Amino acid sequence: MSRTHITCTVNGEDTDFLANPGTSLLDALRDELGLTGAKEGCGTGDCGACSVLMDGKVTCACLVFAPEAQGRDLLTVEGLSSADGVDGDHLHPLQQTFLEGAALQCGVCTPGFLVAAKALLDHNPDPTESEIRYALAGNLCRCTGYDKIIRSVQEAAVQLRSAT
Amino acid sequence: MTAIENPKTYKWVGTRPIRHDGYDKVVGKARFAADLNLPGQLHAAYLRSPHAHANIVSIDTSKAEAMPGVKAVVTGDDFPALDITDSNHDVSINVLARGTVLYHGHAIAAVAATTKAEAQAAAAAIEVEYELLPVVLGIDEAMADGAPLANEQNYQKFVGPSDPSNIATHTPLERGDADAAMAAADIVIEREFDCAHVHQGYIEPHACVVDTGADGKANVWASSQGHFMVRAITAAVLGWETSRIKVTPAEIGGGFGGKTTVYLEPVAARLSEKAGRPVKLVMSREEVLRSSGPAPGAKLRIKIGATSDGELTAIDGWMAYQIGAYGDFAGMVGAMSVASYKFPNLKLESWGVLSNTPKTAAYRAPSAPHAAFAIESVIDDIASELGMDPIELRLKNAAVEGDLTAMGMPHPRIGLVECLEALKASDHYQADPAEGAARGVAVGFWFNIGEQSSATVNLNEDGTATVITGSPDIGGSRASMALMAAEELGIDVYSITPVVADTEAVGFTDVTEGSRATFATGKAVVEACRELKVELCRRAAQTMGVDEAEVEWVDGAAVSPSHGGEPLTLAAITAQAKRTGGPLTATASLNAAGAGPSFAVHCADVKVDEETGQTTITRYTAVQDAGTAIHPSYVEGQMQGGSVQGIGWALNEEYIFSSDGVLMNPGFLDYRIPVASDLPMIETIIVEVPNPSHPYGVRGVGETGIVPPMATIGNAIKAATGVRMTSLPMSPPKVLKALGDGR
Repeated sequence: MSRTHITCTVNGEDTDFLANPGTSLLDALRDELGLTGAKEGCGTGDCGACSVLMDGKVTCACLVFAPEAQGRDLLTVEGLSSADGVDGDHLHPLQQTFLEGAALQCGVCTPGFLVAAKALLDHNPDPTESEIRYALAGNLCRCTGYDKIIRSVQEAAVQLRSAT
Repeated sequence: MTAIENPKTYKWVGTRPIRHDGYDKVVGKARFAADLNLPGQLHAAYLRSPHAHANIVSIDTSKAEAMPGVKAVVTGDDFPALDITDSNHDVSINVLARGTVLYHGHAIAAVAATTKAEAQAAAAAIEVEYELLPVVLGIDEAMADGAPLANEQNYQKFVGPSDPSNIATHTPLERGDADAAMAAADIVIEREFDCAHVHQGYIEPHACVVDTGADGKANVWASSQGHFMVRAITAAVLGWETSRIKVTPAEIGGGFGGKTTVYLEPVAARLSEKAGRPVKLVMSREEVLRSSGPAPGAKLRIKIGATSDGELTAIDGWMAYQIGAYGDFAGMVGAMSVASYKFPNLKLESWGVLSNTPKTAAYRAPSAPHAAFAIESVIDDIASELGMDPIELRLKNAAVEGDLTAMGMPHPRIGLVECLEALKASDHYQADPAEGAARGVAVGFWFNIGEQSSATVNLNEDGTATVITGSPDIGGSRASMALMAAEELGIDVYSITPVVADTEAVGFTDVTEGSRATFATGKAVVEACRELKVELCRRAAQTMGVDEAEVEWVDGAAVSPSHGGEPLTLAAITAQAKRTGGPLTATASLNAAGAGPSFAVHCADVKVDEETGQTTITRYTAVQDAGTAIHPSYVEGQMQGGSVQGIGWALNEEYIFSSDGVLMNPGFLDYRIPVASDLPMIETIIVEVPNPSHPYGVRGVGETGIVPPMATIGNAIKAATGVRMTSLPMSPPKVLKALGDGR
């Protein structure tokens, strides 16, 4: 099978890679680009562990073919600390509040939650608890019961609002 | 997030530092097993059984072996046949079937190829001829006289070859005279309950990478709750000496008991050996649900007698657990987990029943949730019949130190009464439920265990420390180890690096299970630190030129009154280590006794939509005795996580099998675990009744949180609707039906 040449932006950098037409974007990110932050929890778009932003929208990378990334702007958890004008040496407020709020236990769902939460706060800087819960309903966490994740997103929203 | 203060005050224990391993996890750098790739690595895939019970007449792998990219194929014949009495026999025939497939999805063969797609295509090209056998699915069917056998061989090791049946285990426990007490009771309530199989539902599928070298030694990177367990089982299944295998623990993406056994590693090791290249083997979600351990389904009959003033006088219980086609401890633990109330008269029997369903594995407080669902439901009905407050009735009968568990073991110091009192005094219990909502409470218990742990503490030249243990960290235990070491040594928690080392870099350590890591491995860390403090004082005495007995370790420094009280800091002593006797390091290994039982009391307010049968939780509080909370945030996290797994078990989650034993919902779309929008905040109250057998009073908190939710919610539904739900999950169709039938 001949491989397709794909060019796109990943975490702010021009990137190109080769992939079979049937390869998922998730496998391409993980295996071709070495960005293993996004995880495969189900491969069917039900768990959100593979969440990335594609042109700013939360996307299950397991449900997208790699060639569909052509010309797109992708953000993965690896690029979060340099997003939103945050100095790349520092953590994004969501990363910081997740750490301080103990919003992760095993951590395998964490990259997907962080990416989905960023998309929420980009669109809605002052979400209610219920809006956060619905925005993150596509991300499964089996360790935390979500409580500390919701609280950490609330805290990050406060910090991001006061920074602007 | 209230905490009842432990009377002891510590500098580090009980604080909430950012966990050491957290940074890598929020930036995507943490290495889980599936994130690892080795040069030359192959990818493997399984052929799995399309039948729930069949003899394998023949396997032809020749077509698969000739396919593009294929480098190795293995079947059960590539592994030694272990004797049926061998403790690893069951896992060996579960890893790859031998002669017979025992459930739909049972692995039969595996292929390693250059790409995953090639491996999958080749696996599908393996030709297997089957001879179908009767499929045994339900508990009643399996226990009926003359039932076909779910496993022609396996029962033999439990009940003997002369008595073929599907009964794997039978555990009777008795004290007093339950029949006489029941006859004399003022009130007796008996009900029958059933529980569907549920899955642990860890988000990370099982994964490993194995590189078997030309020297015959295998390097294994695995996602597991215990890498020494992986080493032992892999060696046994391969017929190798343990020393041929090194297992490095990857970060583990959730386990909850489901990663206390092995599925992949022996298969990957043999494939790697045959191909001469590293092999990566990762399950799909469908494989996880079909072929890795769910918790058992169960059927229970519980009868409880009480006096008119609410003294529980007798319990008579029958509990059957459906454990797959292999032996499992699940059937035994049900009866053993009855321990929350005094019950002067008790007659319990629990059964482990074989069926052609996936081999069950531990799931958080294994078998206790089923028993507690039934018992706490009946107790609630007794309270409401007697017009008693459900907490008052439980307080009147709550077990305290010296009371016997169903097994006849006296409880050590426990905190059930304190938990009940804490809930009674809570904001939640003091406030009325929201309009349209009603309230339920229930109690949960888990033993907790000790087992073997090792820890090495190395003091570095600059006064920092490395704490090395063999306990995979499944929920924040590295932070707990660092906190205990900081408390002992008197140095900053961030001067300590907690490490989970591979099987060649630390002493043997049992699996992270039974809420034992912070208790038992923590104890080893404390012992190693205490040995170091003795040595630090000896070195300091030498430097100060005073007698060793005159030196004390105070707040991170050696102090001697006869040396003017001038402290010699840990960093000052380690800097001089070369001149005072060499490196400062200590190791402690132990088999920890005195694990502290942990009790929990949960309270839920629910609304039931009587048109749809949908139950919505409006408020939820979990109270639990942690002994001492080393890192309270992660104690709360265990309580919240356990609660929500229990809420899923209560309301949504179930294995649905077709009549021929095929799991019909093998994905997260249809096997629906709770999502954020299903839930309220989970309020927590940490009770601290220190465990006298741990230097800081730790009990362990992981398990108990999943025990109370099912009855808590069932009791709330009863309060809301007047209908007693007796079948898990209490999903909308079942609630709707019960509302129709019950009125």
